[in-house]
Amino acid sequence: MTNVSNPVLAVRGLSKSFGGVHAVADVNFFLDAGELLALIGPNGAGKTTCFNMLNGQLPPDAGSVKLQGRELVGMTPRQVWRLGVGRTFQITATFASMTVRENVQMALISHHKRIRALWRRTGDHYADEALALLDRVGMAEQAERACGVLAYGDLKRVELAVALANEPQLLLMDEPTAGMAPQERIDLMALTAGIVRERSISVLFTEHDMDVVFAHSDRVMVLNRGELVAEGSPAAVRADPLVQEIYLGAGSTFGSDEQPAATTTADAAAGGTHA
Amino acid sequence: MGFYFAQFLTGLASAASLFLVASGLSIIFGVTRIVNFAHGSFYMLGAYLAYTLVDAWQAGPFGFWGAVIIAAVAVGFIGAAIEFLLLRRIYHAPEMFQLVATFGVVLVIQDLTLMIWGAEDLVGPRAPGLDGAVEIFGELVPEYDLALIVLGPAVLGGLWLLFNRTRWGTLVRAATQDREMVGALGVNQSWLFTGVFFLGSLLAGLGGALQVPREAVSLLMDLNIIAEAFVVVVIGGMGSIPGAFLAAVLLGEMNAFGILIFPQITLVMMFLVMAVVLVVRPWGLLGKAEAAARPPSGAAEPPLRVAGGMMRWLAMGGLAVLLLLPFLTDEFTLVLLIDIMVFALFAASLHFIMGAGGMVSFGHAAYFGLGAYGAALLIKFLSMPMELTLILAPVIAGIGALAFGWFCVRLSGVYLAMLSMAFAQIAWSVVFQWYEVTGGDDGLLGIWPSEWASDKTVFYYLTIAVCGGGIWALRRILFAPFGYTLRAGRDSALRVDAIGIDLRRHQWFSFALAGMFAGIAGTIYVFSKGSVFPDEMSIPRSVDGLIMVLLGGVQTVAGPVVGAASLTLLEDFISRLDYWRMMLGAVVIAIVVAAPQGIAGAFLQLIPARWTGREETA
Amino acid sequence: MITRRGILAGLGLTVAATMWGTAGPSLAADTIKIGEINSYTRLPAFTIPYRNGWQLAVEEINAAGGVLGKPLQIISRDDAGKPGNAVKIAEELVSKDKVVMLAGTFFSHIGLAVTDFAKQRKVMFLASEPLSDAIVWAKGNDYTFRLRPSTSMQATMLAEQAAKLPAKRWATIAPNYKYGQDAVAAFKAALKARKPDVEFVEEQWPALFKIDAGATVRAIAAAKPDAIYNVTFGGDLAKFVREGSLRGLFKGREVVSLLTGEPEYLDPLKKEAPDGWIVTGYPWYAIDTPAHKKFVAAYQAKFDDYPRTGSIVGYNTMLAIAATIRKAGSTDRDKMIAAMKGISFDSPTGNVTFRSVDHQSTMGAYVGRTAVKDGKGVMVDWVYADGANYLPNEAETRKLRPAN
Repeated sequence: MTNVSNPVLAVRGLSKSFGGVHAVADVNFFLDAGELLALIGPNGAGKTTCFNMLNGQLPPDAGSVKLQGRELVGMTPRQVWRLGVGRTFQITATFASMTVRENVQMALISHHKRIRALWRRTGDHYADEALALLDRVGMAEQAERACGVLAYGDLKRVELAVALANEPQLLLMDEPTAGMAPQERIDLMALTAGIVRERSISVLFTEHDMDVVFAHSDRVMVLNRGELVAEGSPAAVRADPLVQEIYLGAGSTFGSDEQPAATTTADAAAGGTHA
Repeated sequence: MGFYFAQFLTGLASAASLFLVASGLSIIFGVTRIVNFAHGSFYMLGAYLAYTLVDAWQAGPFGFWGAVIIAAVAVGFIGAAIEFLLLRRIYHAPEMFQLVATFGVVLVIQDLTLMIWGAEDLVGPRAPGLDGAVEIFGELVPEYDLALIVLGPAVLGGLWLLFNRTRWGTLVRAATQDREMVGALGVNQSWLFTGVFFLGSLLAGLGGALQVPREAVSLLMDLNIIAEAFVVVVIGGMGSIPGAFLAAVLLGEMNAFGILIFPQITLVMMFLVMAVVLVVRPWGLLGKAEAAARPPSGAAEPPLRVAGGMMRWLAMGGLAVLLLLPFLTDEFTLVLLIDIMVFALFAASLHFIMGAGGMVSFGHAAYFGLGAYGAALLIKFLSMPMELTLILAPVIAGIGALAFGWFCVRLSGVYLAMLSMAFAQIAWSVVFQWYEVTGGDDGLLGIWPSEWASDKTVFYYLTIAVCGGGIWALRRILFAPFGYTLRAGRDSALRVDAIGIDLRRHQWFSFALAGMFAGIAGTIYVFSKGSVFPDEMSIPRSVDGLIMVLLGGVQTVAGPVVGAASLTLLEDFISRLDYWRMMLGAVVIAIVVAAPQGIAGAFLQLIPARWTGREETA
Repeated sequence: MITRRGILAGLGLTVAATMWGTAGPSLAADTIKIGEINSYTRLPAFTIPYRNGWQLAVEEINAAGGVLGKPLQIISRDDAGKPGNAVKIAEELVSKDKVVMLAGTFFSHIGLAVTDFAKQRKVMFLASEPLSDAIVWAKGNDYTFRLRPSTSMQATMLAEQAAKLPAKRWATIAPNYKYGQDAVAAFKAALKARKPDVEFVEEQWPALFKIDAGATVRAIAAAKPDAIYNVTFGGDLAKFVREGSLRGLFKGREVVSLLTGEPEYLDPLKKEAPDGWIVTGYPWYAIDTPAHKKFVAAYQAKFDDYPRTGSIVGYNTMLAIAATIRKAGSTDRDKMIAAMKGISFDSPTGNVTFRSVDHQSTMGAYVGRTAVKDGKGVMVDWVYADGANYLPNEAETRKLRPAN
């Protein structure tokens, strides 16, 4: 385990069980500034549960989550976001009846605490900032299109722009490339990696596509049945026989193009729990 | 002891008939998600048909029970026909739009019934063989009551068998849980819906037919039962048949024993019970939390656009015409326009939470009425000048909405709608009964404008300024971050939460703001009429607002204004004719079929994009 | 397949055609226009007989040459049972149709709304059917008159009969709204004044048209009253009577019941009509004055139906208006108001006078007992109670009315 003197995120003893089943058990890890950390594991390993505890959607049974020394456990997702933690979802969550630019503007407006402004048009709030963010994710040309009609890959980019709106120190990305074509995945992760490096944002992401994981992460953690079973550089993890066994044992291979099961999808979409 | 037992039986008998109607409504809602206002009309039709058949066949138990069953089946077919001919055309319209169609059906059936059966109440014969009373613990209990007490659980059992032991019933249950899934299973969804309408309407008809030996068959039966049926369904939990049974028994008994202690309570009892149940259990007694939020059926609403060149000129032109009208027309046109502007603001305020916020209210008239009564009371008791009440009365309405809204925004969908209705009915019953202060149903009289505004033309300009200003302000707010945040919450509660917004709080403030604007409309209304009565906060007033918003087009900002103007004008013109309700109903149905996006929505689709500024980037 | 646009277009044409065809009263140059408002669609059972009544009167008046040489023209509108609508229609009748006066209304609250409108716009209004005392007393004004015997008048007629009964313990049942409250209060006061030792042991207040009859009947029975005073009507009355007779509530108890003798209330009950109740009402079949017989014959000839209470009220409404205009000799508002104060005219139900002190007419009601004959309810042993005898005297009345 890497020991860092001043980590952005420090997670200690994080645990959660549902009806006696340990979904997440005693998970410990750190995340450095500007680091891309991948969290992988077979379906049902507890990745989404872990994520939901990090940003306050789900209260952990035990453990601590510290953002730059500040305890996040007990906070609502809103409060966590205000401290500079952005989040993208496994299934995109955008405002379908708004344009791409307005989606980003909403995040900016919330960031600047202007949501109760009653008079000036939404479109006139932080328009330049929104366009700059969209430009950075390659969506500037589609800024005036409705999110409801966008292609899925484009929605992922919009989400990324939205997540960047509050100048986060930390991004939590749940399956950022799920549901995308292979080439799109690589492009999106390359884009993400570029952005977080230039802004020195730390990223924790889960991912099924091992090509994406090994191409872009600085470090990889493997979760199995709620426990952290391996952790290290992509190369080291790839070589770990235990990890190989988990994936083979789960009937799955590295690089497989598997889709998350329907139940997981629904849970993530609802921000809900594994019932 | 005997007395209380007999009272208990009486409560059960009332519960049985209520359950029959409510179970049908619950089944229809559970599967089709249609808020069916016409359900009360089916109940009424069942009673009238049974009356006629019983009258024709007279003799013997077979005549009576045969008549009841045939009447119920006939109503089932009528319901299925309405689903097949009308509702099927508009399943893809925005949520709740179908209720406008059922509202049209209510109007048509009312007048058809009047034409066929006449205005006078009809008292049918008692049930043969069950026309006496038996003594239980020394108390007389009607035999027919006992029959109903048996019949209620029997129907419950029959429905249980139908839903658990037949393939069709299993499909209905599956559809109640997840409509899309059933479609995916390759089941013919249309016929499932028609079948469900048949069953639901049949149960309503049966409930009505069984009332023939108990009460006079009258033209008021439809509206008298419909609110109660919804209350039972919601207390029980939408789509839950055992829940409906439990709720019906609960209400029947609460009423039977409530009147022993506090007879006046009957007016509001069921709404009090519903409010308490919903606050404690947001999905009713046996209801389940609605499945994970899905995108609403139909296409997503298009983004808001700032009005472009041509539309802006049209709006300016319209305003200019309004301002010039007093020089061109007679005084009554101004009176009519004042009504239209008042209702336009009322509808716009409802649209604010309903369209942008996705929070449908069945009780928005509460705030209209609070504004009206607020102004009237400030004048009566504090002799305040009109000008001051124009500011303070809406604040009163806003405070009312703030109080009720706190509970309402914790719910969603039909539960939210019904809780708002419960609060409106509670407010209504307070106004209705508090004679010393509100004058009860005799209302408050003599609330006329200040001297300077008593001239119709002056008051007309005042209305343009206040109501027009209110509509404009609401529009600005919709386009400002406040309104966008509300829309955002409707589109994706998950995302809103993830960008640091406290949605519930924002919805709460929006609810209060909408209440305040409704209060402004109510304040102008009371000064235009000179008097205020509890009618102004009653269910029909709330329904009017709902119809205006939906008819105009819930997905357009101009919708409520167009809807208010259309409905008010239509009613004003058509009500000069005989059987005008049937005509109004037919017109409403025709609009619904022709323009499922609402009138303004259909209009927007017809005109060139550049007029509406769809290209503008401002 | 019919297209949507086709439907809309067709619809527009139909509506337009209907409007041109029927809306807008014909502008016959020389008529006397009267505006008439009532709840025709909300309560057709009550208001349609009323409309028949006034239509018959207008036909007869116009056939006889009209008033001041001009025919009466009635512009009649439906308020759909909404007071706001009624005020809007009143505005239209006054400002657009230029009617010389307003008449009508059934519901008390709508009557009051128009009463207040009349005061504000200084328009003459004859409230024909609403019963609320407030129309001529607490909210009375110089422009408003009322024809039908009011709640307190009819309650007092019944109290007079009730005082003759041996019953001491009384229960009341009335719909839970102002009319019910007023009717109970007036009866209690009038009965106590005549017989101070009565006590009221139970009150039931079912919501209007939503009575839970079984439970209510049992609640009354539990109080073991000697007699019952009933104010429920319509569907509530039918349920109350049914449950009450099934459960033996009326056995050995006198029932005194407001308006129940009116055909509108009694006839739907058919053979289940209550027997032996003391009621106010309108035994049209048994009133054998020549004037009334002539009215009934004309009514039956025209409508192939028998008159209800509403019919005679509607008929007398137009008689009152015609008499007023004749006496005023003009349709000038002030002259008409002056003329109507104290005016007397003969009606099928006898002479009617509008008191100048409170603008209430002295039209009375018939008080008797109910019976079932040939499978339907009738009134027997009835007497005509002249309204004049049930109104407070002039000095007392002045105290009830606001100073104008």
